[in-house]
Amino acid sequence: MSDAPRWKGDFPVLWDEDHYVTRRELAKFLTLGSGTLVAATIGVAVVGDDIRPHGRFQRQRIDGAHALTKGSSLLFRYPTGEDPCLLVRLDDGKLTAYSQVCTHLSCAVVHRPLAGELFCPCHEGHFACADGRPTAGPPERRLPRIVLEETAGGVYAVGVEV
Amino acid sequence: MSELAFFIDYSRCIGCQACVLACEECDTHRGQSMIHLERIDMRDSVQTAPQVCMHCKDPICARVCPADAIKQTPDGVTQSALKPRCIGCSNCVLACPFGVPNYQSAIDQMMKCDYCYDRTSAGKKPMCATVCPSQALSFTTLEHIERTRQGTAINRWVFGDEVVETKVYVVVPKETQEVRPDLVQLGGKARHEPFDVAAMLEGA
Repeated sequence: MSDAPRWKGDFPVLWDEDHYVTRRELAKFLTLGSGTLVAATIGVAVVGDDIRPHGRFQRQRIDGAHALTKGSSLLFRYPTGEDPCLLVRLDDGKLTAYSQVCTHLSCAVVHRPLAGELFCPCHEGHFACADGRPTAGPPERRLPRIVLEETAGGVYAVGVEV
Repeated sequence: MSELAFFIDYSRCIGCQACVLACEECDTHRGQSMIHLERIDMRDSVQTAPQVCMHCKDPICARVCPADAIKQTPDGVTQSALKPRCIGCSNCVLACPFGVPNYQSAIDQMMKCDYCYDRTSAGKKPMCATVCPSQALSFTTLEHIERTRQGTAINRWVFGDEVVETKVYVVVPKETQEVRPDLVQLGGKARHEPFDVAAMLEGA
């Protein structure tokens, strides 16, 4: 039947050529497919937990932190060179630092000293400078906080609190 | 000895309806008979003719099904419509040259004779052939038919330009090669008396 139109191959008359999916086959596929997804999820969780650094952050000096005036901010990278962070000196003189990556869709947040907040321009997300919590807009999780250590010799980033 | 086949000998039918009732008994379609017992000419004759599915080698009902619901098994049996697929469009009802498919409006499905596939695939006779008292319907071998019947069994039909070969045989007068039903065309005139079945079967 080579001269038959191609669509006819999808609607075969013969029982054996018909790819008939029985209810049992579908149930089997759904069960095994769900099982595979569960196993894959557990696998990703286990492997990811192994890869993620646990309390193994390096101590890193933040240059120029002492010179930071009240209400200004400084960009640095921690824990790796691909993780932009913002060091902010609050109006009361305390230093805080947060990851610059918005928890909504990973845009870069900017510091707005007048409003005392970190602002994500992509979808107008607002985070409070004091604790990094979202105050308005789409983000629902707070910005990861960089743990700081202030000594006489300088300001050091020592860890990340998600 | 050749394999078992289904034979219809219309001339032996006595119109007892046993096949119709036996078909109804079957659990796969309880209460619904898949066999048609046709009255040839009710006014002038008591002749009846049982019509089961002829199981065409190239089933036109399956060819025209837009829902992919009618399938032919490897042993040449055309099954009834698959319940999840049949959309009740009645294309097969219109296409079948033997008038076999039956549209059931109550369930919006087509149902037709499936050769009692549960029985015949296990070597048993179909229900209708089991009960037929005159063996107008018989499930036996070709040799047995040739030995016991006067006519000859053929499975070739010619409807105008359309040649149909079927799995089910009919017993016709000897020397007949094929059955040529006379098509009564719309607006045309039949060559025979409209109900002269003998003349129709002989292809005169």
